[in-house]
Amino acid sequence: MARAVVTVPPRAKRGEIIEIRTLVGHRMETGFRHDSLGRPLARDIVTQFVCTYNGTEICRAELFPAISANPLFTFTTIAVESGTLEFKWTGDNNFALNETASITVE
Amino acid sequence: MTPIAQALEARAAALEAELQRAMNARQDPQANGAYSSEQIKSLQTELARLTSMMQDAIRKVVGDAPINRGKVKLDLPPLIDNGNVVPLSVSVDSPMTPTDYVKAIHVFNEKNPQPNIVSVQLGPRAGRASISTRIRLADSQTVTAIAQLADGSFWQTTQDVIVTIAACAEEIS
Repeated sequence: MARAVVTVPPRAKRGEIIEIRTLVGHRMETGFRHDSLGRPLARDIVTQFVCTYNGTEICRAELFPAISANPLFTFTTIAVESGTLEFKWTGDNNFALNETASITVE
Repeated sequence: MTPIAQALEARAAALEAELQRAMNARQDPQANGAYSSEQIKSLQTELARLTSMMQDAIRKVVGDAPINRGKVKLDLPPLIDNGNVVPLSVSVDSPMTPTDYVKAIHVFNEKNPQPNIVSVQLGPRAGRASISTRIRLADSQTVTAIAQLADGSFWQTTQDVIVTIAACAEEIS
């Protein structure tokens, strides 16, 4: 089972810009490679990433086969209120993965 | 530049030159061995196929809007040892206020099998228009980053990179 690692600062000042780093264990098979017998390997990638902050979408990314295996994605957001950040990845072969992180805003 | 990139560029240049000759010959009725319109068409198609995959993908996103240069900063190592894992970051010079913010960032390449790399939708709550990820590059080529601002304008920057070991080249055991 794929695993995700999300790095969110546990505490932040109100209005501070925080950096969020996400990493998913996924092979991101491009669909352009062949095995040792010359058979094509089917595409198997993560196609979409969405991050919501207390239910409001703050970032959405569409991924293509040109993203490396174990996709890393970092972005920023403003710490507006304490609550939960929810991260959601979807992809080929019904790949779906959710992760949450909580943040305390002072 | 890798041999493949060199060969592609040489082929594109040769096609362009031949197309130019063909067009000149058509305008001159005295010219010997003038090119037929089919020949010209096939030259045009091949040239377009070589150069336009990235442009097509960009036009699909941008439409007919003009693309300005500047505002976007693309961070990529100029010399890449391993095309499988290339760190990439894009930042856009924007105040990120509720009325003036970066709506989307798109990254394209020229010579991978597919022209798209990543498309990110942002909003004013991002605070800073700055993303980073790791990408695959199949060859030495030009990478383009395009930002769409809230007012609908598009801004782009490009960077040339040299790749010594291409992605997709490794054997599978």
